[in-house]
Amino acid sequence: QTGSITGKVVDEHQQPLPGATVVLQGSTIGTTTDANGVFRISNVKRGTYNLVASFISYNSLTKSVTLSGATVAVDFDLQPASKALNEIVVIGYGTVRKTDLTGSVANVTAKDFNQGANTTPEQLIQGKVPGVSIISNSGAPGSGSTIRIRGGASISGSNNPLIVIDGVPIDNTRNPDGTSRISGVADPLSLINPNDIESFSILKDASAAAIYGNRASNGVIIITTKKGQSGKPVITFSAQASMSKLPKEASVLSASQFRSFVAAHDSSGFYTKFLGNANTDWQKEIYQTAYSTDDNVGVSGTTGILPYRVSVGFTDQNGILKTSSLQRNTANINLSPSLFDKHLKINFNASGAHVHQRFANESAISSAVFMNPTVPVYSGNSNYGGYWQWLDPNNSPTYLKLNTPKNPVGLLNQEDNRSDVYRLISNLQLDYRFHFLPDLHANVNFAYDGTRGQGHDNISDSSATNYRKSYLDSNKVYHGGKRSIYKQTSANKLFEGYLSYDKQIKSINSHINVIAGYSYQDVAVTVFNYPGYFYDGAQTPNSTPNYAYSLDENKLQSYYGRLIYSYADKYLLTATIRRDGSSKFDKSGRYGTFPSVALGWKISEEDFLKNNPVLSNLKLRVEYGVTGNQDGIGNYDYLADYTLSGKTGSYQLGNTYYQGYRPSPYYPGRTWEQTATANVGFDYGFLEDRITGSIDYFHRKTTHLLAVINQPAGTNFSNQITGNVGDMTNSGVEFSINGQVIKQQDLSWNVGFNVTYNRNKVTSLPGVSYPGIADGAISGGTGSKIETSFTGYPVHSFYVLQQVYNAAGQPIENLFVDRNGDGTINASDLYFYKSPDPKFYFGFSSDVNYKKWNAGFVARANLGNYAYNNIASNAGVVASMLQSVSGGFVNNGSTAVLKSNLTGNTSNDRLSDYYIENASFLRMDNVHIGYNVGKLFNGSADLKISANVNNVFLITKYSGVDPEIANGVDNNFYPRPRTFVLGLNLSVR
Amino acid sequence: CKKGMDLTPNYQVTASSVYSTPAGYKQALAKVYGSMALTGNTGPSGSPDLPIGDEGQNVDFFRTWWGAQELSTDEAVSNWGDAGLADFHNLNWNSSNNFLKGLYYRSMYQITLCNDFIRQSSDANLSSRGITGSDATDVHYYVAEARFIRAFQYWVLMDLFGNPPFVTDANAVGSALPPQTDRKTLFNYIESELKAIDGSLKAPRTNEYGRADQAAEWALLARLYLNAQVYTGTARYADAITYANKVINAGYTLMPVYDNLMLADNNVANTEFIWTINYDGLKTTSYGGTTFMTHAQVGGSMPAAAFGLNGGWGGMRTTRALSDLFPANTSTAFPNNGNPDTRAEFWTDGQTADISDVTNFTGGGYGVNKYRNVLSTNAAQSGSSKDYSDVDFPVFRLAEMYLIYAEAVLRGGTGGDAATALTYINKLRTRAYAGKTTGNIAASDLTTDFILQERARELYWECQRRTDLVRYGRFAESTYLWQWKGGVKTGTGVPSFRNLFPIPVDDINANSNLKQNPGY
Repeated sequence: QTGSITGKVVDEHQQPLPGATVVLQGSTIGTTTDANGVFRISNVKRGTYNLVASFISYNSLTKSVTLSGATVAVDFDLQPASKALNEIVVIGYGTVRKTDLTGSVANVTAKDFNQGANTTPEQLIQGKVPGVSIISNSGAPGSGSTIRIRGGASISGSNNPLIVIDGVPIDNTRNPDGTSRISGVADPLSLINPNDIESFSILKDASAAAIYGNRASNGVIIITTKKGQSGKPVITFSAQASMSKLPKEASVLSASQFRSFVAAHDSSGFYTKFLGNANTDWQKEIYQTAYSTDDNVGVSGTTGILPYRVSVGFTDQNGILKTSSLQRNTANINLSPSLFDKHLKINFNASGAHVHQRFANESAISSAVFMNPTVPVYSGNSNYGGYWQWLDPNNSPTYLKLNTPKNPVGLLNQEDNRSDVYRLISNLQLDYRFHFLPDLHANVNFAYDGTRGQGHDNISDSSATNYRKSYLDSNKVYHGGKRSIYKQTSANKLFEGYLSYDKQIKSINSHINVIAGYSYQDVAVTVFNYPGYFYDGAQTPNSTPNYAYSLDENKLQSYYGRLIYSYADKYLLTATIRRDGSSKFDKSGRYGTFPSVALGWKISEEDFLKNNPVLSNLKLRVEYGVTGNQDGIGNYDYLADYTLSGKTGSYQLGNTYYQGYRPSPYYPGRTWEQTATANVGFDYGFLEDRITGSIDYFHRKTTHLLAVINQPAGTNFSNQITGNVGDMTNSGVEFSINGQVIKQQDLSWNVGFNVTYNRNKVTSLPGVSYPGIADGAISGGTGSKIETSFTGYPVHSFYVLQQVYNAAGQPIENLFVDRNGDGTINASDLYFYKSPDPKFYFGFSSDVNYKKWNAGFVARANLGNYAYNNIASNAGVVASMLQSVSGGFVNNGSTAVLKSNLTGNTSNDRLSDYYIENASFLRMDNVHIGYNVGKLFNGSADLKISANVNNVFLITKYSGVDPEIANGVDNNFYPRPRTFVLGLNLSVR
Repeated sequence: CKKGMDLTPNYQVTASSVYSTPAGYKQALAKVYGSMALTGNTGPSGSPDLPIGDEGQNVDFFRTWWGAQELSTDEAVSNWGDAGLADFHNLNWNSSNNFLKGLYYRSMYQITLCNDFIRQSSDANLSSRGITGSDATDVHYYVAEARFIRAFQYWVLMDLFGNPPFVTDANAVGSALPPQTDRKTLFNYIESELKAIDGSLKAPRTNEYGRADQAAEWALLARLYLNAQVYTGTARYADAITYANKVINAGYTLMPVYDNLMLADNNVANTEFIWTINYDGLKTTSYGGTTFMTHAQVGGSMPAAAFGLNGGWGGMRTTRALSDLFPANTSTAFPNNGNPDTRAEFWTDGQTADISDVTNFTGGGYGVNKYRNVLSTNAAQSGSSKDYSDVDFPVFRLAEMYLIYAEAVLRGGTGGDAATALTYINKLRTRAYAGKTTGNIAASDLTTDFILQERARELYWECQRRTDLVRYGRFAESTYLWQWKGGVKTGTGVPSFRNLFPIPVDDINANSNLKQNPGY
């Protein structure tokens, strides 16, 4: 006679604990809980058992249960391990108990992920971790984020952290302009389904990250995906439907305001003739309310010896800018069997993704600011696809007027820019525990991360941007528009192998863990080159590429080792070393060594603090390490090579056009950037760890800084090269606190708060002349830049003229402080003023649970960050609105012009510090409410429903649409939508 | 495995493979010449040779040279707001001006290219690479031409910046900091270098189109000697006459119609041009060169179609100091309003001669119709593209040699005579007056002041004006004013140190051997 034991496992807040293990003590009979915390062990012989429920970082609980009928129910109420003794944190090449951590490592598990509509993985932890700034790049579907761990460590190299998924450092490199190097997606991480992620480990300091050597300067984010659970299959299903809206339009003049503006500034009547009778809100024409869905199904369980998890996900997202959308299908398989009496553990992952994306022509965003609001969307005739455009009657009735904004609706609808991108990340990891020496493991990992991105970008030949009159062929036929195609593949191959020895040596009261390993990685990116075509299919002249494809490859070959030693479980030492060889550098400097050491002292384990009723945990960490950065360095920069010019860049000698050979500038001594980090921190816990947190001070110094330096004229084939010069520091403090404010049977309330202070300073830039390395391109004057990086100032500081104001606080036209006192205002009067990076950034979260309800929010704030309001500087001046060129026309403008009345007649106006605005903000990222419906269908299913609002509100003094701009220049920004989400989670067994 | 770490790209090649064939040498030579016309390796933009400012605006030789030589004078103003551009008519540029930086580094870049080419073409390299016989003879011509281009760019640097760093093919890439040279030493170098290659260049009008020959070398020497007083303090007018004569007697003739000089087909059977920078709307494209010149001048009510364009950029006009040098207009016929002097190619509709507002295209100053991307054979038809120009730019043309001859004679140079000078000037004026002699002048009219005016009428917007005004002592000085000179409507003089441009601050900082020009 058999029966079933069922029940539910909940946490200290009475919230279900999915994935908790429940076993009959002393047997292998058991299962894990489903998404709703429910378990069922079937086919159990009647009798009395001790049933053990356990979950990572919770105290296991044993209950006696007597099965006398068909079923018996028993519930478990697990409490967190008082000192999180068992919490395991993933670090590079292994795991450690959280209490044994000596480095600055943050760990976020699925339980604490941000809720709501998150299309890319990093959005799950935005605002959760001190020292980690995550700024979404735009509101476009799949646009990804700019991730900075403790500020950027580079000026001209990459500042992106290394991302490791299940032991595979993925190809996350970007183009110099920050765009994805995988063609066809805006961000490489958008090919990862967030629903498959179990946890994030963020290695913030060098002692933790140095095991990743010359790629670790910007920190390391280790992502672990969900694995198969033991027991019977559990099917989980989640569905989300969301609606996104534009939270705020850029503030431009209404049609009637615009008419009065023109009337007031047009004494001659020259401009009034360009006004029409329509009242068009161009922004309303380009934005939409967008509906999206996200559905995921997963099956997880164990059959025989084979734990498995299989999942599929379908995301269908529409952007608030018309014609932008993303469809993503993902499939994930994880198999993790153990063989030979658990001596051989196998972990196999394969995760595939297909993203189909349509990119909107985002120049419509600025066109909608500039476009004359008194003209209609449609012209009433068929020219230019029927869209109203500025015409130039000086030439002919249908000639386009140059320098005018193009109809934003036409820009969107007349361009068809779509991609299909496939990615497969798979790895096979074998961990063998030696039979003769079980303390010794051998671990090998074979991985492959491959992508294929392809797509097209077609613009109709009736489009005003690519009108058919651009090219007349020898048959006197005009061609226009374009059809461009692209394709790119990448293959990232990895082999890793390490030996690990782990031993408790009781005789000397010590525990040691040693690893030594080897790693080989090869990343090859192939870009296929295609000719250009006109819309009618004719080939664009001279567009046949020189090479059918371009193959870019780099290899890394590395050796690494680590010792973790603890004495008396109180004194901890971690030492790592990695020797990296990179094909990006010349033989003579190809290998570099990156060491680190860290010490930990569990003060609360000392007798004088042990069992202290108030202070339940206190650990001191002291760390130092060196890491490198080779991202942002070309694969072949050290070679002295020649490049063949394109066919449109050939030169006529005699009657022949020759493609020239250009010698490349070169820098044979190129090496990686090196960052040394010192970190001192405390982890603390009060009141039996109802209050926990940590505080860290860090100081990072980057040397051999990759910076663009001037070459003495006549000595190289460029005036500038990216060289290794200069130093930069980032130093700051991180603080986090998490508390259980209320902890009762039916009611609990948790709050979390973290703050980061970071100060960045360039400390030396030999060979770079004042005012430094320019950056931050702005719209307006061609080639104008507003930021610079120079010794003594924060990187990317604004470099501007000091505006003079009248008594009413308005900027005075073309009046600036003559800072060098030479009687003239020019580039010598520019000064360093503020920077886009925040001085402080904060994260807040709160969660309340009451019986079956839960509600909470996540908010973030930045303080001391500044932004250049390029909309105001470019569109908020009279000269931009009343245009005399091309026979004259009128542009709409920012309402900033009504306040400032600036004419914008001189190029100095754009460089005014008037446009550098305080961009501090508080943003409510997410508010959510959930209801746990509980069991359905005779207990075989569990249902949870939830509602979320993302980007709920924003408090800021900034006058533009959104102050949160990663590079500090607010121009043509795809606005972040406000999104309302309804979701349900169902699990069935 | 370690050997596997040496990777090479499939889309680049090494020096030894570039220079392994005669065709490779020709393509390397095409880069040496092409960097006069192109901003980078991908037309019209995308992989600039020099990462300076905006590729079209700051990295192009012609466009930066034109700005320095014309926008600083009475011949041109621009209403664009690009940082540093207004400094030219305000005469208040500084050493971080991106246009000057672009010009300086472009000239030095081309010198570096020439040095590399010359090194790769040494006899030792040729024989080791198996380049022999007529192939080797060809390469020897290429080398002489590379030396000519290097001398030309040193002349540009000497004329505008005075005291640049000095490197030759003897200095390997990446070697020690180049020493600074001074104007006088550089003058002597350019003079001796040009004379040294005289026997190695092809005879006048025997080389391929676009390649330099002896006449180009002589023309540069003539220009050099005409300005020798400025460069060295010692006048060399007799030498100027000698070399102008050599060119004049080499078989060049004036093209019959002035208004066709700067059109899309000006490369066809051209008997006047001595050395050109070549552009092509489909194959040699950039946002500088004559693409800039044809587009930037079209604004206001100027019809882009008549210029062979899809549209103008609305930037450049002239001041009345230039347009007033011509007789009154008799009609509104395009392009010269029926002016008896057909060179008066100005756009007046919607424009005024007076400039009330520099920053506004229609704020005054006549438009200029001189450069047009249309065919002389069919003025309604554009060149090969409406977006990029086919117009070639003559660095040297016969008309300038006539003017040099006449000026050098008037300034007391020996070896020439006033009667011949008058003949030459009247040849220009007869062509200007459409074959009529009504515009011809008498011997008594021929003065140095007349020459300066005639140079403006004949050569305006051809990168000559600043050099001319400096030679006449009328550039920075308050002896000659034009509207908005020095940023003041009625015009104002500035200190004379502005007769030279500053060495870009970037190079001052990068090269400790360099001393800034006085005043900056």
